[in-house]
Amino acid sequence: MNSFWKHFDIPIGDWVQTGVDWIQVHWAPGLDAFAAVVGFLVNSLQNSLSVIPPTILALLIVAFGFWRVGWRFGIFALISMVLLLGMGLWPQTVETLALVIASSIIALIIGLPIGVLMARSEVAEHIFRPILDFMQTMPPFVYLIPAAIFFGLGQVPGTIATVIFAMPPAVRLTNLGIRQVSKENVEAGLSFGCTERQLLFKVQIPLAMPSIMAGINQTIMLALSMVVIASMIGAGGLGNVVLTGIQRLNVGLGFEGGLGVVIVAILLDRITQSFGFKKKRGK
Amino acid sequence: MTEKIVVEDLYKIFGPDPDEAMKLLEQGQSKDEIFKKTGMTVGVQKASFSIHQGEIFVIMGLSGSGKSTMVRMLNRLIEPTAGKVYIDDVDVTAMSRSELISLRRHDMSMVFQSFALMPHKTVIENAAFGLEVSGVDRSKREERAIAALDQVGLKANANSYPDELSGGMQQRVGLARALATDPSIMLMDEAFSALDPLIRTEMQDELVGLQQKSTRTIVFISHDLDEAMRIGDRIAIMQGGEVVQVGTPEEIVSNPANDYVESFFYGVDVSQVYTAGDIVDKKQVTVIERPGVSVRAALDRLRHYDRDIGIVIGKDRRYHGMVTADRLEEQARSDGEPKYADAYLTDVEAIPASTPLSEILGIVAQRRYPVPVVDEDGTYLGSISKTTVLRTLDKAGGAEQ
Repeated sequence: MNSFWKHFDIPIGDWVQTGVDWIQVHWAPGLDAFAAVVGFLVNSLQNSLSVIPPTILALLIVAFGFWRVGWRFGIFALISMVLLLGMGLWPQTVETLALVIASSIIALIIGLPIGVLMARSEVAEHIFRPILDFMQTMPPFVYLIPAAIFFGLGQVPGTIATVIFAMPPAVRLTNLGIRQVSKENVEAGLSFGCTERQLLFKVQIPLAMPSIMAGINQTIMLALSMVVIASMIGAGGLGNVVLTGIQRLNVGLGFEGGLGVVIVAILLDRITQSFGFKKKRGK
Repeated sequence: MTEKIVVEDLYKIFGPDPDEAMKLLEQGQSKDEIFKKTGMTVGVQKASFSIHQGEIFVIMGLSGSGKSTMVRMLNRLIEPTAGKVYIDDVDVTAMSRSELISLRRHDMSMVFQSFALMPHKTVIENAAFGLEVSGVDRSKREERAIAALDQVGLKANANSYPDELSGGMQQRVGLARALATDPSIMLMDEAFSALDPLIRTEMQDELVGLQQKSTRTIVFISHDLDEAMRIGDRIAIMQGGEVVQVGTPEEIVSNPANDYVESFFYGVDVSQVYTAGDIVDKKQVTVIERPGVSVRAALDRLRHYDRDIGIVIGKDRRYHGMVTADRLEEQARSDGEPKYADAYLTDVEAIPASTPLSEILGIVAQRRYPVPVVDEDGTYLGSISKTTVLRTLDKAGGAEQ
């Protein structure tokens, strides 16, 4: 019996390897084009954020915090900016921000339409649900391997791994939000003569907005955590500071990098959340 | 009279294989038998009736009688399984998608029980929704929306959001939205059922008032007999998916088609069976007594509803006493701190909910004012007026005939 199991082998690892090799050979132009687009997006975001003098960008972020969230948060943002600049982590912060924004944008461009599709079609829901489960339960590190194989090292594979890891909540919560729109609201839309498209854009999406915004917020937060991990394949940014801290057993450096990540996380979370509850215009 | 809507032999089966259920229906099997055998639900069966132009046609029935399904088949929010619906002699069941959309945009609108307003839109944007959908430009549609809001008395709230309005006002927005497209048919699905009784009667009167100035045809779904009698020019009564009787309120009262219809109007010998708790109504205005709310506010409330008397209850809904507007006014004018307690009518005592109707008769007959009713804990349940008792007895009389 023992010897049977010793010789019984399902070579899933080999199959995956073969599949990956095949894709690498046959899809090379497609992969290159995709990498070029992603690279362009990340670079131009990073360049435009770096062009702005640190003081001005920091003040802009503080002002944005004041406007969207409130004065307490504005003060928090101010202290955060001083800390980041004081720790000398500004370039890394900007790099991380650019990566997060780029990968979130790509994740949303792909994810939101899939969410809408899932809400409107049972078939789509049955196809995508297990894929999403798979994407969410897979440990994030695993995404780094194929990303590195297809796209080498650097920001592009980092961004792509992040996109895959961060997409599920946006898809799920868009689907859920649209499905939760009350039956009478949908009937109201239809009874006044909405076409399918009008029903989607004038009734379902607006009413699902709080849920969709929660999904976007989650996607951005996941993107941040993945961007940090992606520093392992050379994505750079604050994650790189933490990584260097670990490699050199430099506790102080690791802590500074970690603190930077926490600050960016809180800023992104609060600011994106503030869009979930749209401020009402006065009477 | 012109026939606006004609329903011919209409059926709706909910389930995976409607044809099978239809066959069983043809063999004379009942709704329950079909459900047991196939798990499919017969929503509406062999419904035929016509609705005249300009009338308020009430479709009445208990929950599960198929009335909501029926109204949704008129604008095909629910697709009929078999049968025809004609509007102005055009077969709605044969319409293409685009014809149907055009019908919904121009000739029919709908008002919903839960209001179904868009919370992210202002009142005027909500009222203009139907026009927006059909592509009317902004200035034109706002003009028409304002006119519709004016009709329901909400012009001043045009820029509010729905959640800033009371239930009654929200449903006025729902009504304005349905009026704004100026449709010839308005479908109202339990439109006033979610409103409290005072607002409800107010809205019913207003609907009847609006109707006097137009030739609009209204199909009104209700489970409430009082409402049906109050606003309906004609009433269709549904039972188990079938339309069992169609007629004017008088016709139905004087000549009910079967026991089911009769049971809406006539009970058994009510004076023996019914207790005070069974026949109370909440038509009296209540005032909640709590620190900081002045007697004057209560007085304003009575004036607002044009009532002479009001019931004072605690925050825990316990009955405290009954006041008249006059006595409240005395208190409000008096020098000292005005108190509810000093305004209570002394000769009014609450009766327990378990008092049988036969005993209530004597009590109510002697009183000038309605008698408040409380449960074992002293919680206020409602009140019984002379009219309430007479109406209940009238039903009892009918049963003996």
